[in-house]
Amino acid sequence: MSEEIIKNIIVKENEDYIINMGPQHPSTHGVLRLEVCLQGETVKYIVPHVGYIHRGIEKMCEANTYPQIIHLTDRMDYLSAHMNNEAVCLCVENAMQVEVPERVKYVRTILAELNRLASHQLWWSAFGMDLGALTTFFYGLRDRELILDIFEESFGSRLLHSFNTPGGLMHDIHPNFQKRTKDFIAYFREKLPEYDQLLTGNIIFQQRTKGIGLLSREKAIAYGVTGPSGRGSGFSCDLRKHAPYSAYDKVQFNEIVYTEGDTFARYNVRMDEMRESLNIIEQLIDNIPSDGHTAKMKPIIKLPAGEFFQRVETARGELAVYIVSDGNKTPYRIKFRSPNFSNLFVMNELAAGGKIADLIAISGSLDLVIPDIDR
Amino acid sequence: MSSTSTIYDFSTLTGSIDASLHSWMAPGLALTAELVLVGLVFLTFYALLGLFLVYLERKVCAVIQNRYGPNRVGPMGLFQTIADLIKLLMKELIPIRRADHFLFNLAPFIVIIASFMAIAATPFARGLQAVDLNIGVFYVMAVSSLGVVGILLAGWASNSKYSLIGAMRSGAQIVSYELSVGLSLLAVVVLSGTMQLSGIVESQANGWWIFKGHIPVIISFIIFLIASTAEINRGPFDLAEAESELTAGFHTEYSGIKFAFFFLAEYINMFIVSAIGATVFLGGWMPLHIGNLEAFNHVMDFIPSMVWFFLKTFFLIYVIMWFKWTFPRLRIDQLLTLEWKYLMPISLVNIVVIAFIALMGWHF
Amino acid sequence: MQKQELTDFLKGLFPEAEFPENTQLPEMVVPAEKLHNTANLLKSDKNLAFDYLISLTAVDYLKNMTVVYHLESTQFRHVLVLKTVLNDRENPVVETVSDIWPTVEPHENEVFDLFGIRFNNHPMPRRLFLTDDYGFPLRKDFQDEVNIIERK
Repeated sequence: MSEEIIKNIIVKENEDYIINMGPQHPSTHGVLRLEVCLQGETVKYIVPHVGYIHRGIEKMCEANTYPQIIHLTDRMDYLSAHMNNEAVCLCVENAMQVEVPERVKYVRTILAELNRLASHQLWWSAFGMDLGALTTFFYGLRDRELILDIFEESFGSRLLHSFNTPGGLMHDIHPNFQKRTKDFIAYFREKLPEYDQLLTGNIIFQQRTKGIGLLSREKAIAYGVTGPSGRGSGFSCDLRKHAPYSAYDKVQFNEIVYTEGDTFARYNVRMDEMRESLNIIEQLIDNIPSDGHTAKMKPIIKLPAGEFFQRVETARGELAVYIVSDGNKTPYRIKFRSPNFSNLFVMNELAAGGKIADLIAISGSLDLVIPDIDR
Repeated sequence: MSSTSTIYDFSTLTGSIDASLHSWMAPGLALTAELVLVGLVFLTFYALLGLFLVYLERKVCAVIQNRYGPNRVGPMGLFQTIADLIKLLMKELIPIRRADHFLFNLAPFIVIIASFMAIAATPFARGLQAVDLNIGVFYVMAVSSLGVVGILLAGWASNSKYSLIGAMRSGAQIVSYELSVGLSLLAVVVLSGTMQLSGIVESQANGWWIFKGHIPVIISFIIFLIASTAEINRGPFDLAEAESELTAGFHTEYSGIKFAFFFLAEYINMFIVSAIGATVFLGGWMPLHIGNLEAFNHVMDFIPSMVWFFLKTFFLIYVIMWFKWTFPRLRIDQLLTLEWKYLMPISLVNIVVIAFIALMGWHF
Repeated sequence: MQKQELTDFLKGLFPEAEFPENTQLPEMVVPAEKLHNTANLLKSDKNLAFDYLISLTAVDYLKNMTVVYHLESTQFRHVLVLKTVLNDRENPVVETVSDIWPTVEPHENEVFDLFGIRFNNHPMPRRLFLTDDYGFPLRKDFQDEVNIIERK
């Protein structure tokens, strides 16, 4: 950089104390850049800059067939890979009016909940790290490892399993799957109180999160904040309840809604959701029907001309898939409404006026996954 | 004092070295030689201690976090930190454009010299103390707070916004917590009637101050522990570094051995505050004596005074590490609230109570 | 409200709108110049109360650009697909609705970034993902000289 340019930058920046958080920063959990304007320790405003990991998934999908698209959706919200797959599969199945076997529905639901558990565990680990409690990371990952092992045994991959395919599952689940899942539930029920002992009850933690980043219900709806972040503000937006898909209409579970709207409420929603996920899996794991792992599908999947829309609840909120088909084997246009995209842009609303440390706590509590924002 | 407690007196050793040097050297030369000798011993001790504390921290945090910690290089991973030191020595020192180079290079030395100076007054064992100042407590406090100058310089000279925020936080934090540290140490100074560190240790021959001084000294001890953790920028008060907020705070722009200086100084500072805490509140190198249990006290006397000192110091170090790996970090306004609204008034009231106790002679 | 009921209600409220048949979700197509008023009414009407905008996107149909809004009412749980057709494909312009649903602000930026549809009165018009001199990649006639993605 020439001296002239540097001088200009300095003159421009003299007006405000602007720091760029990211694209490389420990607590943005990815390549996100937050342009933060500061007054001392107080945040005046935030402008998120995204696009550092934009891969044009929507454009790529236009050149790929539906079974191929499944593998691209993994790469959006990589912590909710299964739910992303499921969204596209459900959309395609609905469009083709294929009825998938009961077994597929059950397995999909169990996997979605396991994936949600793994995602929330990683969130809990990273959230503690964001607040400076470094030990949480190891506790969370210790338990997440067991879920990933279950995934590995059944699908061969741990993170991006692409196990769904239009019409069912790639192949049947491993014989050990049920036993290991049940073992895990018993194990994790024992370990979950440890999480509370280490972090939830801590006075410093509560001071750092209670009353921080207040989001009213109206604001949550207006900004389209969904998932646990929205439910922490009293916005009842759990699609598993309101628009049940797969086997969610066959299980009993509560939608976790907290009305405080602060960071602690968002934290509590996720902690309680982990317990609910365990309940859901427990209800299903012993009753998996055995009517085959895939429906009869044509070798080449073509959607009828028209527009199709499907919403699922990922670990971070509402993922909507909107497919415009012209009757071909590739979509004419596909749009993924990703939860993190909307959740990110509420950040200015939440963090402006707070301290830098609050900004970190808030971004942690929104649980952002950057590839999902950029797509 | 029983005669056995003097068998480990280091003053005979240091005295004989002093005498032998004086026997064949001019007095001025002998003094210079002694200074060089003490300097070399401390330099070695300092380096080894730094390495060992880094290793210890890794092992302690590994235990807390359900893992093994370093266990590959050397027996039980003991040489891991040496390998890391070699790595840090070989790393490139990245020059920062538009940084204030003189101050940028000076800052790590100020930080490390401050901690080096404080270690001089520490009484390690009976008769083993480099300088026994009659204002020892005062000197240690004054010198240990010099480190903040280096931190402020580092933050300012780096020409980085993160560094500057970190340095400013550190400045506010250390200036505040210095008060509580001072007031809590003053409690024991009032009771023992001396500022000389060796004098304070001697005054605990019949019992440590934490046992002798009733509840007010226990309060002082707790305040000292909290405030000194804050003063050395350790978690949960590591706001100056706050890696999830400011990437690395004041030493963001430092690399290689300059970074290692900051790193090392942090650990040595931890040792110093633990040593001061052990000396002032836990009897320093004095063995544990319980009332009239002669046999027990006698056994305790046979444990060398240096072992006692290091046991107590490392216990406090362990407690400080335990803090770091368990608690989340405080926010800057909460940090200052804790000091000015809670610790500071409590310390002030406490010191009045202790003065009263000392005046009435109610302590043991 | 169920799909048919909702469509009938909307037909009464918006006589100038079109309602395509045989769609998965209830759909309504309004002219671009009526969009802002329609959106305002959709949100404020007590029986509709579309307060949650799920997603905003666009489709390039080569003869026109269509902007698609997916709306939901958190009170009644009914979903509506609101569409507006922009016939000027080279310079498509539409009124912003970010004053009605704040969440749409980044979505509109994204649509501008990928389709080149400008939104009038947008509070912070900018390209979200791509550089300023990049084309509009989701347009069907977009040609990338470096990474060629052909639709087979």
